[in-house]
Amino acid sequence: MTTMAAPLSAPAVRARQLAGTGPLLRLALRRDRVLIPAWVLGLGLVVVGTGSSFEALYDTAARRAALAASMNGNGSMRALYGPVFGDSVGGLIAWRMAGFGAVLAAVMSLLIVVRHTREEEETGRQELLCAAMVGRRAPLTAALLTALTANAALVVVIAGGLAGSGRPAAGSLALGLAIGCTGMLFAALAAIAAQLTESARLAKGLTGAALGLAFALRAAGDTATTGAGSPLTWISPIGWAQNLRAYAGERWWLVLLFLAAAALAGCVAYALTARRDLGMSFLPARPGPAVAPRSLSGPFGLAWRLQRTTLGGWTLGFVCAGGLFGGIAKGAADLVGGNERTREIFARMGGQQNLTDAFLATMAGMLGMVAALYAVGAVLRLHGEETAGRAEPVLAGAVGRLRWTAGHLALAYGGSAVILAFGGLALGVSYDLSAGDPGGRTGPVLAATLAQVPAVWTLTGLAVLAFGLLPRATTAVWALVGGCLTLGWVGPSLDVPRWAMDLSPYGHLPKLPGADATAAPFLWLLALSALFTAAGLVGVRRRDLG
Amino acid sequence: MTTALSPAPAIRVDGLHKSFGRTHALDGLDLRVGAGEVHGFLGPNGAGKSTTIRVLLGLLRADGGTARLLGRDPWQDAVELHRRIAYVPGDVTLWRNLSGGEVIDLYGRLRGGLDTARRAELLERFELDPTKKGRTYSKGNRQKVALVAAFASAPEVELLILDEPTSGLDPLMEEVFQNCVAEERDRGRTVLLSSHVLSEVEALCDRVSIIRKGRTVASGSLGELRHLTRTSVVAELAGMPNGLGALPGVHGLEIRGQRVTFQVDTDKLDAVLRSLGTSGVRSLTSTPPTLEELFLRHYQDDARSEAIAR
Repeated sequence: MTTMAAPLSAPAVRARQLAGTGPLLRLALRRDRVLIPAWVLGLGLVVVGTGSSFEALYDTAARRAALAASMNGNGSMRALYGPVFGDSVGGLIAWRMAGFGAVLAAVMSLLIVVRHTREEEETGRQELLCAAMVGRRAPLTAALLTALTANAALVVVIAGGLAGSGRPAAGSLALGLAIGCTGMLFAALAAIAAQLTESARLAKGLTGAALGLAFALRAAGDTATTGAGSPLTWISPIGWAQNLRAYAGERWWLVLLFLAAAALAGCVAYALTARRDLGMSFLPARPGPAVAPRSLSGPFGLAWRLQRTTLGGWTLGFVCAGGLFGGIAKGAADLVGGNERTREIFARMGGQQNLTDAFLATMAGMLGMVAALYAVGAVLRLHGEETAGRAEPVLAGAVGRLRWTAGHLALAYGGSAVILAFGGLALGVSYDLSAGDPGGRTGPVLAATLAQVPAVWTLTGLAVLAFGLLPRATTAVWALVGGCLTLGWVGPSLDVPRWAMDLSPYGHLPKLPGADATAAPFLWLLALSALFTAAGLVGVRRRDLG
Repeated sequence: MTTALSPAPAIRVDGLHKSFGRTHALDGLDLRVGAGEVHGFLGPNGAGKSTTIRVLLGLLRADGGTARLLGRDPWQDAVELHRRIAYVPGDVTLWRNLSGGEVIDLYGRLRGGLDTARRAELLERFELDPTKKGRTYSKGNRQKVALVAAFASAPEVELLILDEPTSGLDPLMEEVFQNCVAEERDRGRTVLLSSHVLSEVEALCDRVSIIRKGRTVASGSLGELRHLTRTSVVAELAGMPNGLGALPGVHGLEIRGQRVTFQVDTDKLDAVLRSLGTSGVRSLTSTPPTLEELFLRHYQDDARSEAIAR
């Protein structure tokens, strides 16, 4: 009696599950029209730029061979960059950039994939899309294709840029593929994480942890053995990226290994998607307390609760970075000493002739610049709370605007000082341990790191100013911070004139440890920071909120 | 204007103006909410209801006009006032890693306290699990979090400002909500209820204000507002209707034999009934305008004038 619809053939089912992928992909690319080009061009520029600086610094085969030999002989440098496989200019670029480029491409990819999968589900936007003609597998496919587009563009930019500046074409392509393939592999891993967790932040965190583990495995493997023999290195995709050996007898088969791993991870992600409901996850959300703890009773308690995990993560990161930098400081200083031009750059960056102090000062400066990212992010939490509508009910309570702002500012100002203190302590202690001089430089190094605080606070103040006076353009403050950081990182090696370096608050700090410090620049920066903050707070009190 | 004898209004807004760039969100809005009343605040989307409420909460600064809340300035005295106000937004967003119970306590503490017995009772009545994290609540459950916090607020709270509070609630919960508002009124609290659910407004509100394009177009008790509109009449007559169409205030007259259907301006009802009486009335049904008709009339005028302007 009843007529049954003929069962669809397997390819037809598959096609139906992918329905809508095209429009979703276009939507994703449209949403990422700034993000992807910025990442691709930025990363491409760094890789190609490294090429020209190596060409200038190590202009003879003898110098390059010396550098390669000394780098390969130094365990801590191998931990950071991996072994040097070839001593051509290209080989040095691959040595310096394969690992770091791969890490950055992985970060870009995981951000893209989580942004278009779990974040869309978490915000409920995907529900609306999935109610339309969108197949079950379409959102994940569109997200992976977006990541593929970005990584393919990265391969083209890097390979084209390097080949265009005179490097051998095959090696350029190999380095581009090493970086882009790592990106794709982590895109697929992020796709798995996005199925496992209910929160986008946690999905990013999980993939980030996998990336950190991959880096640590490779670092451990490369420290343990010279050459490329350690199995630890071979567990890590970052190890694969380096062992693709761009410009040094490319091992193209590793591209296949990458593709197989990415395909496998992708299959796992698809299998997980098919077994769960929209918005649900495999890792169950744990219930929270039914009653708020005593500490959660005001704007300060709330800000602390919202930001404590972030602060903890940054503190841990600074301790690790400080420990790593401190451990390689002595070796690095020895290495740098061998090259006249690098010595000059380091002396300019670190502000003095004693190379160990110059290196420590450079690292303290690095920590200082990175700390600004934390502090500005903490201030911009205010902006996030406001635009998400979470500030409104808080301010509808008996909470003054300044008290609400102060909660988050306390974390921005206090927190940046705390992470610098921990980072500085780790840097100093780890240096002293590796130099066999317990307690020798810990004090001065800690002081040097804390000396960065006024510059960090100046940028923090700028963020408060933007939040108070330019609520619609608040996030533009990231561009200013990015400008200051870029100036600090590449300025010294590009011979940027003094007045331009002075545009950044970091340009005014004495190069500690080692240099003479006067109170004036610190006081000026603190005054400037206070001025910016006060002006921003006046804006917060007067403007419309919410 | 206001008589000195009536108790000081809980909310008094005169000629409020607010622009965002080129859009005039509020264009001379007036609003009076008496102490102890439940006041319905109606208007189409984008009429300026939420903007008015945010001015009343001191989140936005008005460009012109005056606003007084419990006798004080909502911008200047925001913090002191907020101890006496509980607010429920129409779209509650929660922190994803805080549990519902934590948010209820936080909102209460920010206001100066929470009635814990009432909190427990309300959790039960709204069937809300306070241990779930913010990101896992559905829209209706997020709304309940804010409602429980508002209804369980300490006795110092005199005024509840509810901005479309029942969006996302199911009919059972809608009933719980209505009971809660009635209890709040019995406790002497004033309620400003912005809503689209007209049955809810009809059931709960003593007075209503209807706004359109940032202006108040009607305000008063439901009875007063009804008086300004038309009643529908269906009558079966003994004879032929005479001169009904010529009477002032009669609209949309339809005559089918001895059966007449028409609408009449409520204030002209008396004259019309007398005229019907001369023809002999066999049966008569008169329907007062529903709030919906009231509402639609004000909105449709709007749509019509817009069509003309085009």
